[in-house]
Amino acid sequence: MSIKLTVNGDTRELDIDPQMPLLWAIRDHLQLTGTKFGCGMALCGACTVHIDGQATRSCVTPVAAVQGKQITTIEGLSTAAGHAVQGAWIGLDVPQCGYCQSGQVMSAAALLAGNPKPSDADIDAAMAGNICRCATYVRIRAAIHQAAQTLASGAPATA
Amino acid sequence: MYFRHTEVAAASAAAVAPSEMTRRQFLRLTTLAGSGLTLGILMPGCGTGPGGAGAASGPLAMPFLRIAPDNTVTVICKHLEAGQGVWTGLPAIVAEELDASWEQMRVESAPARVPMYGNLAMGGKVQLTGGSTAVANSWQQLREAGATARAMLVAAAAKAWGVPAGEIKVSEGVVSHAGAARKATFGELAGLAAKEPVPTQVTLKDPGTFKIIGREKLPRLDARAKSTGKQQFAIDVMLPGMMTAVVMRPPRFGAKVISFDASKAKALPGVVDVVQIPRGVAVVGRDMWSARKGREALSVTWDESGAEKRGTAELMKQYRALARGKEAVTVVQAGDVEAALAHAAKRVEGEFEFPYLAHAPMEPLTAVCSLSPEKCEIWAGCQFHTVDQANAAAAVGLKPEQVTINTLAAGGTFGRRANPESDYISEVASIAKATGGKYPVRLIWTREDDITGGRYRPLNYHRVTAAIGKDGKVAYRQRVVGQSIIIGTPFEAMMVKNGVDPTAVGGSAAEQYDLADAHISWSQPQVGVPVLWWRSVENTHMAFSKEVMIDELAHAAGQDPVAFRLALLGKHPRHIGALKLAAEKAGWDAPFPKEKGRGRGVAVHESFGSVVAQVAEVTVKADKITVDRVVCAVDCGIAVTPDVIRAQMQSGIGYGLSAALYGKITLTDGHVDQTNFHQYQVLRINDMPRVIEVHIVPSTNPPSGVGEPGTPPIAPAVANAVRAATGIRLHTLPFDLAAARRAHA
Repeated sequence: MSIKLTVNGDTRELDIDPQMPLLWAIRDHLQLTGTKFGCGMALCGACTVHIDGQATRSCVTPVAAVQGKQITTIEGLSTAAGHAVQGAWIGLDVPQCGYCQSGQVMSAAALLAGNPKPSDADIDAAMAGNICRCATYVRIRAAIHQAAQTLASGAPATA
Repeated sequence: MYFRHTEVAAASAAAVAPSEMTRRQFLRLTTLAGSGLTLGILMPGCGTGPGGAGAASGPLAMPFLRIAPDNTVTVICKHLEAGQGVWTGLPAIVAEELDASWEQMRVESAPARVPMYGNLAMGGKVQLTGGSTAVANSWQQLREAGATARAMLVAAAAKAWGVPAGEIKVSEGVVSHAGAARKATFGELAGLAAKEPVPTQVTLKDPGTFKIIGREKLPRLDARAKSTGKQQFAIDVMLPGMMTAVVMRPPRFGAKVISFDASKAKALPGVVDVVQIPRGVAVVGRDMWSARKGREALSVTWDESGAEKRGTAELMKQYRALARGKEAVTVVQAGDVEAALAHAAKRVEGEFEFPYLAHAPMEPLTAVCSLSPEKCEIWAGCQFHTVDQANAAAAVGLKPEQVTINTLAAGGTFGRRANPESDYISEVASIAKATGGKYPVRLIWTREDDITGGRYRPLNYHRVTAAIGKDGKVAYRQRVVGQSIIIGTPFEAMMVKNGVDPTAVGGSAAEQYDLADAHISWSQPQVGVPVLWWRSVENTHMAFSKEVMIDELAHAAGQDPVAFRLALLGKHPRHIGALKLAAEKAGWDAPFPKEKGRGRGVAVHESFGSVVAQVAEVTVKADKITVDRVVCAVDCGIAVTPDVIRAQMQSGIGYGLSAALYGKITLTDGHVDQTNFHQYQVLRINDMPRVIEVHIVPSTNPPSGVGEPGTPPIAPAVANAVRAATGIRLHTLPFDLAAARRAHA
């Protein structure tokens, strides 16, 4: 069946099962591999993308449900918050194995877009759905605070 | 089965080495650690130099580094990058001796090849990443590699400029001569340097002059790619025509396929093939979704006659009985522990239970295989590079040298990708073989496959009796009951001595404290659940019982836990150094605030050549444990990349805390009870301590491990803190304070 997806501004028509999770459409059919598979049950956050700006677990989102919506993956992340987050991630050397970090970055960017000055508790609440087995959590907190400062200062963030 | 693989690997090494030695102008070849294995050998195609007029613009290519005309220096990394930072640590060693600038450094994975890329900590005959050995075994090798390339650049510049080599300076990637007012980049000199003879002797730097090694903040070479989704993992490999496979595996460990009915699966759109392989039945689809749907529609009949059908409750009951039986091997025997215990002034007893644990790396096991009649190519986050090569070869019926291993960054491993059977790599190779190499195939384990798939940290039971004599001396008797990880694998011959598997019972109190009277013994139950090394291996459970019992002895003696330990560590100066530093930075000497439910605890443990001490501060509220602060001190020899070391300590603490608070795999009637992260819970950000301080003990010793040693001390430090806060002893993992309170009452 034909499914029309708008990912990172490009609209593509795919002949796929309407029940296919967005994750596999993005990865296997659009070959955008920055979005990761971790659990398939919306338990780990590795597959996080933005749908109309909202952080969403693509592994449990059927493609039929997101036709006509703006889907953004890590490859297309271009918001000020997104760049500030990525700049802080690189500056503080957050990633270790790095596999979960696309999802972490997408969740963090969505958090800052809605809450430009989150507390530690805000960060914990917003990021608790993203598992990192390397436990980079201390640096994730620090990087989100740093990104918030970058955004507040109005300085251009570079990733 | 296992031994066949060893022989294959050994045969391959023997067959390849002599011809390559001749061809590549081996200057010297030794197989022991620290003596400069395969230093300075020119790679094929570069050994004779590029020749001709264009020679000056070529690369300088050597086994461990390549300097390109574009002025990049690429370190060829023989180890897997799985987050532990080898893609930064190993380049730092090369860059230091080369006097490169950090900005010009790059890194890529080495092919699977021994002895060239063998792990020198393991005798050099196998290429593998494990045991926290990457930096330690590469230290001398890569210093020499960097110094050799530097000497060749200098020699080339001296010749080109007509000046004495001794007057040439190298700094930040620039070679210069003040008198002749000449300077050149590495890239400009690389082609000329490649024509210089490889020096047989090089001078290494005085560590006091290091500029890159030890730099507080040396940016990770992979941070940008990993923050922007650009890092490629095995699961991201996309080959033309590639299909995706999932495997239906036995419902119980040890079950075998009798027959299968693929008619419903094959009728589904997108399902391409259904094939039997030695480890189950594979469903191949045009994408992951099709393969998964196909597997759901597959029906397999299993022979479970030889399967493990016991549950963990039953197993633990058996372990408790074994701990009281006579059947055991002696691990450590010192003095007369029975007499010392009989005449002791104070005596404490402890029974400890540790569950099976899944590694659960974030990237589920994934591998890609492309097979043709003469060649097999594998893409994976290979941790046992040459073992994986031999196992893939055996699976497809080729010789190991016909198998190309492409090692990609792994999305975590914690030991899971290192297994003597190369389970997931053997599977993908078997699928390629069964489908006749018609298409490249990518195998993905789902999270359920991962959690239920075995190769867990072994279930363990410890029984300890410890005492303080009237003379103040400590006596310690311990029985450990747990499966062996290495008996029955190729590692048995290398590592098992007198029937003792050091990966089951190493790091006891008898080894890490000065004890006159000690007896440590081990009973090995036969269980059909496959087990494996799990970040820090035996130290996860051995450090726990040791550090909790030592704390209880201190308590029984009415002594401060740090002072009590220091008095028992006279023969262990590095333990003393780390413990004192952690205690000092934690403010141990100042009284801890007497607030209800708050406490602090300490633990110290040596593993993989490094000593780590941790002080944990906790708050206990309604039986929920919150770890507020951890102060960690590590002695890992010379700190090559301090910020990576700090990251590894943070990571080890988080990984250990995950097991302390949540980690548990249980079985009922041989079926694994947990399937995904809702049942196999792991540490999330809200449980990560707000403060983790890491302090590095200054050292001039060669570097030792950092990937694993941060894990062992955290669980006992937290248990000791909870005891200080509540008086409740936690001896069963994961911690269940309410249950412990009931048992205590």
